[in-house]
Amino acid sequence: MRIGLFLTCVNDLMFPGTGQAVVRILERLGHTVEFPSAQTCCGQMHANSGYLAEALPMVRHFADTFAGYDAVVTPSGSCAAMVRESYPTLLPEAAPVATRCFELSELLVDVLGVTDVGAWFPHRVTYHPSCHGLRTLRLGDRPRRLLAQVRGLDLVDLPQAEQCCGFGGTFALANAEVSVAMLADKTAAVAATGAEYVAATDNSCLMHIGGGLSRAGAAARPLHYAEILAHREPAR
Amino acid sequence: MSSVPSPITAARPFPEAARSALADQQLRDNLRRATATIRDKRQRVVDEVPDWEDLRTAGARIKDDVLARLPELLAQFEAAATAAGARVHRAADAAEACRIVTGLVRATGSDEVVKVKSMATQEIGLNEALADAGVAAVETDLAELIVQLADDTPSHILVPAIHYNRSQIRDIFARRMPGVDLSTLTDDPPALAEAARRHLRAKFLSTEVAISGANFAVAETGTLVVVESEGNGRMCLTLPDTLISVVGVEKIVPTFADLGVFLQLLPRSSTGERMNPYTSMWTGVTPGDGPGDVHIVLLDNGRTPMLADPVGRQALRCIRCSACLNVCPVYERVGGHAYGSVYPGPIGAILTPQLTGQAAGANHTLPYASTLCGACYDACPVKINIPEVLVHLRASGPKPPAARAGMRAVARVMRRPRWYRAGLRLLRWAAAPWRLVARGGQVRRLPWPMSAWTAGRDAPLPPRGSFRDWWARR
Repeated sequence: MRIGLFLTCVNDLMFPGTGQAVVRILERLGHTVEFPSAQTCCGQMHANSGYLAEALPMVRHFADTFAGYDAVVTPSGSCAAMVRESYPTLLPEAAPVATRCFELSELLVDVLGVTDVGAWFPHRVTYHPSCHGLRTLRLGDRPRRLLAQVRGLDLVDLPQAEQCCGFGGTFALANAEVSVAMLADKTAAVAATGAEYVAATDNSCLMHIGGGLSRAGAAARPLHYAEILAHREPAR
Repeated sequence: MSSVPSPITAARPFPEAARSALADQQLRDNLRRATATIRDKRQRVVDEVPDWEDLRTAGARIKDDVLARLPELLAQFEAAATAAGARVHRAADAAEACRIVTGLVRATGSDEVVKVKSMATQEIGLNEALADAGVAAVETDLAELIVQLADDTPSHILVPAIHYNRSQIRDIFARRMPGVDLSTLTDDPPALAEAARRHLRAKFLSTEVAISGANFAVAETGTLVVVESEGNGRMCLTLPDTLISVVGVEKIVPTFADLGVFLQLLPRSSTGERMNPYTSMWTGVTPGDGPGDVHIVLLDNGRTPMLADPVGRQALRCIRCSACLNVCPVYERVGGHAYGSVYPGPIGAILTPQLTGQAAGANHTLPYASTLCGACYDACPVKINIPEVLVHLRASGPKPPAARAGMRAVARVMRRPRWYRAGLRLLRWAAAPWRLVARGGQVRRLPWPMSAWTAGRDAPLPPRGSFRDWWARR
């Protein structure tokens, strides 16, 4: 199976470790991952902000770039939702590649049939289910099932977990005060768990939650769940 | 019409109005407590219905069918209601509806009317129009009464006084309710309800004209339906001689049997009850039983133009349950007034700009009052895809030239892989100076436009090494 990695623009700029983690997990499971270097952005920010005409060339570019792959994997529920749920209506010829695009936990659990990826991460972790993964992709408990198999990991429940963190793309800037009010409740909930790390499927949400935790002086740190799944026990 | 601002036109941009609301800590505490309570109640009674998803689908389908053949169903409703003794009026807009209703009230010679809680009459500013004509309108729903006594406006579709707690309500009653007995008035809910009951009972017994809305209008039979909890509606609908009901044209359901779907969906979604305490139904006039002079004003007020939009028109499925308000993380923080319309929350953000057109006041800012988290869509009993309509309205609405130019520039880069890679390098290079002031990889202040981000949260910096370099080295 040819697996193409869609890194996402946010990870491309800000979070290289998450892309590396996806590659390591899949290679450890015996798969080959390719990274088509022509990839850019899925166009979600433009489409969701009402710039459909501007988003369309990005949609077309994505479809061309990933046309030859049996599966496209991405460490973002939000971008996977954009591709799989919005592409077919925006550009019907992008539908075939769109249906083969998976968020990491979908590829691991549904396509590859794996929940134990052989990870070790001896820390207390809480999990925030990001909105588009939760309500558009219906990821359900897939990410948590993967985390539950990680050796040494103490997974603690996040109060009001399913409430949005307030990021919302350009919402975080256009309605900054409301966004920060939502964030304050999320960071308080994270802090209340006593977790060392808050994990999620999306670095955009984690960048927001992490920015709130840092501003509040809280000890918990944001960490993409792929980086936890990639972590292994050092050889003795 | 009076000089009051339109009840469905936001005077201030949403971000600005939201800022004022956020500054009110009491409001935020009241909202948090109230929305959490209703949210939990709703979830419990929805979870116990095994075919809830089928009911939602049925509700959406019935409403879509209504919207597809509205003129035909309205004619059928009008014929049936008229045959049963009601007089049916058609109002194209708010001004015409107010004119019809004030004319009907004046013809009775009454200078006071009792009102059943109704969104349609709020949408058209009926109370203000009646006041201008010298007619006092008395709201009889407890929460509407609180809001009216406080000279305030509702902040929630179902719970208009959700922004007040009980001690604030006690103060409003003490100051504004005529003849209230201060010796027994505490902030205990039964004491507050008793005070309202005494105040209203006198009105029910003395007033000869009632004004209501309707939750449903059955085309097949000409029947109107009002769903309520307090029994004040039943009083208004049965005691006076004259009953005038203002009904949005989208309230039509084709058959009486269709009510079986909606009377399951509505109470569970709105108050979180299996069944609401009072469901009143009336078909024209029944001699010797209830009002003998029955009028129905079918209100358009921007609804017919909405039908032309295949994406936006799903907002007309709305049955005003307010489940979307109670699950909305934005509404929970800012309350209803920030939306500048009698229709607040997620449904208001898609309904208000469509009813008025986005050019009205600051209504074009409402489709941006959402993170697109999708909680509203999941809660909606008639499956209105609110995030889809929000994005659709953003696409068709006005945009600031600077934002447009910026988004276009980014789009040009994003469709050219070489420009994009150069852009990544440029941003990494530009971030270098901030590394000197970063703590734990986070910076506290960034220049415009990212200053809006760092006003409330820290920002991470792009790391030196890139994924692409790592990939190339392997």
